[in-house]
Amino acid sequence: MLIYTLKRLALAILVALFVSAVAFVLLRLSGDPALAIAGEGAREADVEMIRKTYGLDRPLPIQYLDWLTTILRGDLGQSLYFRTSVWSLIVDKLPVTFLIGGLSILFALALAIPLGVLAAVFAGSWIDRAALAIAVVGQALPTFFFALVLMMLFSIQLRWLPVSGSDTWWHYVMPTIALGYYVTPPMMRLVRAGMIEVLGSDYIRTARAKGLSTTSVVFKHGLRNAVVPVVALAAVQLGYLLGGSIVIETIFALDGLGYLAYQSITHKDFPVTQAVLLLLSLLYVLLTLAADLLNAFLDPRIRVA
Amino acid sequence: MLNRFVAAAAALAAATSPVLAGKKDDTVRFAYDQVIENMDPFFNNVRLGVITAANVWDTLIYRDPTTSEYKGHLATAWKWVDDKTLEFDLRQGVTFHNGEEFDADDVVFTLNFAADPANKTTQQNNVKWISKVEKLDKYKVRITAKEVFPAAIEYLAGPLIIHPNEYYQKVGPKGMNEKPVGTGPYVVTEHVIGKTIKLEKNPKPWAGSNKAVPKISKVEIRMIPDRQTQVAEALSGGMDLIMSVAYDQAQQLKAAPQVAVQAGGTMRIVFLLFNAGADTPVKELQNLKVRQAIAHAIDKKTMARTLVGEGAPVIDAICYPSQFGCDDSQTVKYEYNPTKAKQLLAEAGFASGLTIPMIGYRERPQTEAMVNYLRAVGINADLKFMQYAAMREQHRTGKAGITHQTWGSFNINDTSASTSAYFKGIDDDKTKDPDVIAALTKGDTSIDPKVRIEAYRAAHKLISERALAVPLYALVTWYVQSKDLVFKPYPDELPHFYEMSWK
Repeated sequence: MLIYTLKRLALAILVALFVSAVAFVLLRLSGDPALAIAGEGAREADVEMIRKTYGLDRPLPIQYLDWLTTILRGDLGQSLYFRTSVWSLIVDKLPVTFLIGGLSILFALALAIPLGVLAAVFAGSWIDRAALAIAVVGQALPTFFFALVLMMLFSIQLRWLPVSGSDTWWHYVMPTIALGYYVTPPMMRLVRAGMIEVLGSDYIRTARAKGLSTTSVVFKHGLRNAVVPVVALAAVQLGYLLGGSIVIETIFALDGLGYLAYQSITHKDFPVTQAVLLLLSLLYVLLTLAADLLNAFLDPRIRVA
Repeated sequence: MLNRFVAAAAALAAATSPVLAGKKDDTVRFAYDQVIENMDPFFNNVRLGVITAANVWDTLIYRDPTTSEYKGHLATAWKWVDDKTLEFDLRQGVTFHNGEEFDADDVVFTLNFAADPANKTTQQNNVKWISKVEKLDKYKVRITAKEVFPAAIEYLAGPLIIHPNEYYQKVGPKGMNEKPVGTGPYVVTEHVIGKTIKLEKNPKPWAGSNKAVPKISKVEIRMIPDRQTQVAEALSGGMDLIMSVAYDQAQQLKAAPQVAVQAGGTMRIVFLLFNAGADTPVKELQNLKVRQAIAHAIDKKTMARTLVGEGAPVIDAICYPSQFGCDDSQTVKYEYNPTKAKQLLAEAGFASGLTIPMIGYRERPQTEAMVNYLRAVGINADLKFMQYAAMREQHRTGKAGITHQTWGSFNINDTSASTSAYFKGIDDDKTKDPDVIAALTKGDTSIDPKVRIEAYRAAHKLISERALAVPLYALVTWYVQSKDLVFKPYPDELPHFYEMSWK
């Protein structure tokens, strides 16, 4: 188990580094940050000065190695746009993104599990079809469109919820629903599939034969086993949510990591973009690792040396 | 799709009872889509920074936004001692928001600090004309320019605000960003970086200020990146003022009962720029008749009316009409005449048409309209649309033929900030016409207004005769506001919160 963990950990770090290198190259191909910093109409002399000041005139491999060595020292560098440490910016915005991600995954689970169970218990009936329809709609709707529809209904028409910002808990309702609904379908389908398989197995027949109530059979004996892969999927989906909240954060003006990433891309603030990419890829890989470990822990049959 | 959203939202809003957003707590809520990287006006590069600068800080000179007249503001009087030296008498009895008294030390420290390249202020163009600033007396300063720089007055009335020297020396730009201090009508009470800026009216406004004492006591500025979200906020009563709303959306929002919509001028001019120089990648553009044909092919009056909005002025020179020296009285006016365009092309040897690459980076509907106009006369404009920085690089490295340009002159009300940026032989001037360069240089280096106007008039005449560019119009920006708000926009595109009031 330990060796499995260590091997996977080493792999995680390698993947994150690889992603950062690819991102580094792609970012520099996307345009000249010196021009972006200098702004509209800046004279060539000013752009050159900026290039020299930030070392942007050095060869690409040198810039990357320089960045890598500072990262390994724990220094994420300085934001070219905000002129403050990248670390302080990230620490500032991380809580909002984690909160949105956490709330969304809980919302998704709260929706996926009951729907999946219902669909499985009444498999083949109209309830099953309705649950699947709800899932498909969630998968097909682009999050930004759904977000705008929610905004139109709950903020403009009903005036129940504030449009944007992150001042109160009410501000998190629509973003959570918009983001959570998008990741509900795969988990719901997994619960359904798992439940159908589990409900058809011998020990469930035994439990029924023993005279246990349906609730006990379904939830205590059935769901507990069916939910194992869902937990693993949820961990991976959380990774996706943390990285994918950029659209939701921008629409709802939530001051999180996604919005920071969006700003840094617009301003060609490379140190910030790279640090955010590195962090998110590391988180995603670690969450996938956590999912695998969780699976291995919960189901000994899965453990691979 | 988004327009349907706006129309539907407007209809829904009409069906509900309005919520008094700002009037109830005497706070005007303003949204902006960009984030200020630093509230210190010398260290930011965004319009929101210019807006807060106008409300929180003051300048030595004040330019009346309606008459363009220069009046004393933090300075009471000024004179040109020689053509590179200005002397100012400063106003007494002005205090900064933190209680510091305003005097010559503040002017000397602020401007010398900003002008020092080691301090890396963001807009070097605003300050690199300054050689030194000296204190002559407690209320008297001397500013010396490196070379003759007539637009100095305009810069001292615009971007060059004055900081309190003791505070600024202590906290620097970083501290000024966290807790800004100025002399303006509003005080910053809170700045959450990247999120909100809260202002409250200055409890000790100084006598003699050209800026009105505010009627609305509080301002809350929220940075909301998505335009649709801003519109939703305006419709749901969460915002009292938003700007830069798209033209077609603004028209639809006129139907919503609790918002009012109006257009405001901007100094951003729109024009087609030609690379007609010796090294142009598009040799056809070296032919005067081809350039003239392009000028005749475009119906800029219709474009201004239908794509920009009512009030968008058509221009005949590469400058904004109110800018000093923007005299188009002798320019050639290229009226919309596709027949003449085709004739000119035929005379130039392109009766069967030609292909010219064109680059755009914003106002895409306008770019595409021009592509259509050109196609109608036989010119196939091969359009590439890209980001601003990419377009600028293409143009400056001589790879572009025609670029669809816009230019705001950084709100500087002087032709040296517009025409000279594109035709004085540097950076963006790829054609490098020596006569135009000479005329503009003359205008830029004399402090005699008569000499300047004459020189600029000649430059505009040459540029139009030689069709080095096609001036089109100036943009307007659309404001959507609460019906309770009284707000008058100016072409400087800066909401003056201190002039606003509630109905």
